[in-house]
Parts: sequence; C-alpha cells; structure tokens
Amino acid sequence: MSLLLLVLIPAVFAVAAFALNDNERRPWLIPTGAAVHAALTTFLLRFDPGPALGGALALDAQGRIVLGLLSVLFFGSSVYAVGYLKVHPERDNRTFTACLLAFLAATSLASLSQHFGLLWVAVEATTLSAAPLLYFKHNARSLEATWKYLVIGSVGIALALLGTFFLATAETAGGPVTDVLLFPAMLARGGSLSVPWLRIAVVFLIVGYGTKMGVAPLHTWKPDAYGEAPGIVGAMLAGGVTTVAFTAILRVRAVINAAGEGAMADHTLLAIGIFSMLVAALFLLVTRDFKRMLAYSSVEHMGILSIGAALGGAGLWAALFHVWNNSLTKGALFLSAGNIRRAAGARTVDEVAGMAIRTPVSARIFVTGLLAVTACPPFGPFFSELRIVRTAFATGHAAVAAGFLGCLLFAFFGLTRLVFAIVDGRPRPAARATGPRLRETAGTVLPPLALLGASLWLGLATPSVLQETWTAAVQALLPTP
Amino acid sequence: MVGRLVELVLVAVVLADLFVLASPPLAACIRAVALQGMALGLIPLLLHRDGWSAHTFLIAFGMIALKGFLIPGMLFKALREAPLHREEEPLVGFSLSLILGGGLIALAVALAGKLPLPVGVKGSLLVPAALATVMMGCLVIVTRVKAMSQVLGFLMLENGILAFGLTLSRELPVLVETGVLMDVFVGVFIMAVVIRHIQLEFGSMNTRKLTALKE
Repeated sequence: MSLLLLVLIPAVFAVAAFALNDNERRPWLIPTGAAVHAALTTFLLRFDPGPALGGALALDAQGRIVLGLLSVLFFGSSVYAVGYLKVHPERDNRTFTACLLAFLAATSLASLSQHFGLLWVAVEATTLSAAPLLYFKHNARSLEATWKYLVIGSVGIALALLGTFFLATAETAGGPVTDVLLFPAMLARGGSLSVPWLRIAVVFLIVGYGTKMGVAPLHTWKPDAYGEAPGIVGAMLAGGVTTVAFTAILRVRAVINAAGEGAMADHTLLAIGIFSMLVAALFLLVTRDFKRMLAYSSVEHMGILSIGAALGGAGLWAALFHVWNNSLTKGALFLSAGNIRRAAGARTVDEVAGMAIRTPVSARIFVTGLLAVTACPPFGPFFSELRIVRTAFATGHAAVAAGFLGCLLFAFFGLTRLVFAIVDGRPRPAARATGPRLRETAGTVLPPLALLGASLWLGLATPSVLQETWTAAVQALLPTP
Repeated sequence: MVGRLVELVLVAVVLADLFVLASPPLAACIRAVALQGMALGLIPLLLHRDGWSAHTFLIAFGMIALKGFLIPGMLFKALREAPLHREEEPLVGFSLSLILGGGLIALAVALAGKLPLPVGVKGSLLVPAALATVMMGCLVIVTRVKAMSQVLGFLMLENGILAFGLTLSRELPVLVETGVLMDVFVGVFIMAVVIRHIQLEFGSMNTRKLTALKE
C-alpha cells in the first residue's frame, strides 16, 4: 500500500494548506510536501513495493520514468513557489498552495495508474487542480484563459472517457472477461480484442489526451493558458500535465500494438506530430509575447514527442529521453520567464527590452534555456532530437526527418528573435516603474538554474539508470521478440 | 435483456436533449439536464433487477444525488447573480438546432446499428440514446455563447458518456466510477465559480466578450 502514500501524502498536505490560516507561512507547506514526496519516491524507486489496489496501481518502467521526473520538477519548482508567493503578499495564496499540492497528488496517481479508468480520473484531476492555479492573478485576462482552458480541456478529456469506455467494450465485446481495462491484462490479451472498437477507442483517446498534451490542432488553449499563468504554473503544465498525457497515449499505443494494429496509431501520431511542429514554427515567427512563445515551443516539443513515439522502438526510446529533457528545460524557461515578466511589468517585445540589465541572472538563464530548448549541444534536447532524426532516416522516413529539421530551424529563428529582443537594449519605462521587491531573489533564481543544470547533465552524462529504465519501458510498451 | 422501463427512461433522456436545444430559459435548461442525470441514475437499478448489489446502489445513489441535486444547486447559485436568464443570439437559430438534433438522433441510431455491440445491449436504445446525447451536448457547446449554456452542454456530453458507460457497469470497479463522478462534480464546481467571476468582471455570461487573448 506504500504506493498509495505517494498520492495521499501530497493530498494531506493540500488539505493542511487549505486549513492553515497563515498567508505568510502557508507557502512553506509546498516545499515540505514536495520534499517528503521526493524522499518517498526515491525510496520506492529503489525498493519496489509491488502493486496496490488490486493491481490498479503499480510502478512499472514507464511509471518510474514519469514519477522520477515529476518529483525532480516539482521539488525544484516548489522552492521557487515560496519565493514567488513572497513577492505577492497581498494575494491570498490559500487556494494556490492547496491546488499546487493537489496537483502533485493527481500527477503521482496518473504516473502509477495501471487501470485506464483510474488513469482517466487522475488526468482529469490534474486538469482540474491546475484550473484555479491559472486564475491566481484574478484579472480579466487570466479569467478568459481559465475559461478556455476549462471548456476545451473538459470536452477533450470527456472524449477520452468515451474512448476509455470504448476500450473496455473492445475487451468485453467477445464475452465477459476479468480485469477489464487493466493495462498488463490488456497487453496479454491483445489478440482477442475487438478491432473495430479498438480503432474507435484509439481515435477518441488520442484526441482526448492529445488535447491535454496540447498537440496541434488541439492546442488552442495553450498559448492563452501559458501566457496568463504564473511562471511556476506554466512549468507545471508544460512539464507535468503534458508528460502525463503523453504517457497515457503511450499506454494506449502499446495496447493497440499488442492487438496487431499499431500501424494505425503510428500514422496518426506521425501526422499530428508533423502538424504540431509546423503550426508551432509558424506561430513562433509571428507571436510578440514571450510567454505565449513558450506555449508554442511546448506545442513544438509535443510534436517532437509524437513523432518519436511513432517511429518504433528506437524512436520511442528517444521520445522517453526527450520527455525528461523537455520537462526540465521548460521548467527552467518558465520559471526564469516569470522573473523577467514580473520585473518588466509587461510581456510583449513592444514593451520589454534590456532585461539583461534589470534581471541579469534570469536573463542569462532564459538565454541559455533558449539554447537548450532549440537543441544546441551539449544540452539534453540536442541528443534526444538527434536520435529521433537518426531513427527517422534509419526507418525510411527521410521526408519526416527533413520536415522535422526544417521546423526546428524556423522555431530557432522565431525563438531567438523574441528572446534577444527582450534581453538586449535598454530597459523600458514599464520596467523602471516596478519596485525593487519584484527583483530577483535566491529563491526565484536558483530553482530554474538547477533545472537547467539538470538538462545539461542529461546531455553531458545521461545517467545509466535512466537509460536502463527507458530501455525497459520500450521493451514493455513495444515488445520485440 | 434490457426491459421496457429502461427504454422509457432513455426516451426521456433524449427528450431532455431536445428540450435544451429548443432553448427555453436557462433555469428550465438546468432542470432538464438535472432530470436527465437523475433518469440515468435509475438505469443501473432497472438494468440489474435480478440482483441488486451494494455497487449498483452506490452508483445509482451517487448519480442521482450529484446530477439531480448538487450540480443543479451550484448552477442555480451561479445563475441567481445573472441579469438575463435566457440564451441570446446563438450561433445557430433555435429551430435549426432542433432540426440538427433530429438529424443527430438519426445518425446515432444508424451508428449504433453498425457497431458490433456486445450481447445484452444489442437492439436496445441504450447505445443510440447515449451517442445522440453526446452529439447534442457537443452541438450545444459549440453553438451557444452563454457560459452557462456551455456548461449545460458539457453536462449533456458527460451524461451521454456515462450512459454508454452503464453498459459496462459490472466491469468497472467502484473506485473508478466514484472517481469519475468526483471529477465531474469538481469540474462543474470550478466552472460555476468561474462563471460567477466572469459575470462580475464582464457584466454578463456572454463568452463572446472573452476575446482579449490572441496573437
């Protein structure tokens, strides 16, 4: 039952945060909860406790990848949360603190779920706990973003529920079976699943979880949500929700592969992936807002993940590698972008310039993060994207590789154009008007620096334990005889 | 086999869809969707008349309490602060949406006939009614401009999906079904809160005013 603790502990902290009547000390519950959660995660990753809840919760290779990543990302961001909430003592942080901890509980549940129904419940809980976080600024713009996020996200996730029911029908159409919707059981009985139901299920599940992931054309909520969200919430959405949704799709893909229909899912993922990269590259060239820019960059990276996952075993390995790279790099970018936006008092290139003078450390992290996210060596993303390109060539997808590289190039132009425009030059009046309390502090600078360092470390010396887990996950998802 | 009583309940479910499409005052729409949810809550009791288990009771009770009382209660609370209680200027006129609704019902029946349904639900109205409700829910979400109408459309969509899920009610663990209901509850709760804030901020529930965010 110790797996359940991974969900219950952050949930208890969330309740405590909601009950505590001290706006000043309450934020400390976030890093405390995150530290306990991270310690437990480390312990459980080392000593696998075995499944819980009748097999509905288990720590398989894919779960280990996601759980480990979430732990690192959340712990890093939790330290930032204290620094962030300290510069906004006037805002009531009760809901924010509670929802952030509930978010950790929901994402942990999603990474452990072996039952497709429970997985859906967890992903939906992730979505819902993030909605109040988006509205933290309590202004008209954040309200609009929250509403769009809620409506588009809820409809998308509702379709995923319908897909989950279709998936169950694919199992029961031939007669009653036990352990319906349990992932390992579905993989084992792959051949006996009803193919027509399975196909409809896959379409609905890819659309549903794809909406959460934010692949084009289901990404329309993303620029609004990421643009209005506080930096830390952007890091949680772009590093956490997208990862959980992507790995949900990977489980669906494994089931349809076990039924011998994997080609259909591959074609869909490939098409979505290329389209996402293309849409993102084009919008990166026109957007003028540096937080919306990060949203389009996220769409681009979701495209990269989809393409990797569509290219068979080697591509999937690279995609799992890229999941880590994307989350850590995005975390660093969103957290530093939050510092810059706060000090600049604005967010478009028309109003922001010279941030290298106003927020020297954050600006440096932001520029280095830009290099990492556009796949400059020796950062992690370079190596995972290189592997995807090489796999595309090796599997005879030369056109895909060409399109992939072309989109990366345009994205690079778009991103550098914006980033250097806000960093270079002389500070604008809006930035001069913001008070000294919005400047950088150790609490808001060290977390993005640490996440960026982790991304660099992944590139320079990918830990062998991670590599082994990725290999094990690929073997479990796409078994090769 | 699915009894005649169940068919009757399912007809009521589809009628509730059409009622919302015809767009009476919003309060009446909330009541119609609430009745629809309560009707769905009765179905597990009627389906498994041979042997009611604690599981069946829990699901039936949960759905009726949630969809019939809690959710409508929250929506009425949000509505009380609204100056106007009727959907205005929908993107598709009311009579046209009724005609579209009829078309969607026909489509749902045709689709359900084509699908290789499991034995036991084949030939019953359960799957066509579920699919029709899903599609009409989507229609309401995309054609109505009031935030409240969009939430009602989402609830119809969710009701349709849960109706389909009732064909599986013996296969799903209680934990998952409870989780799904909890998520729906929290989702609507958050939406109701956001609607109240939209009213305070923009002076109406019209989502066409939400256009500040763009490239």
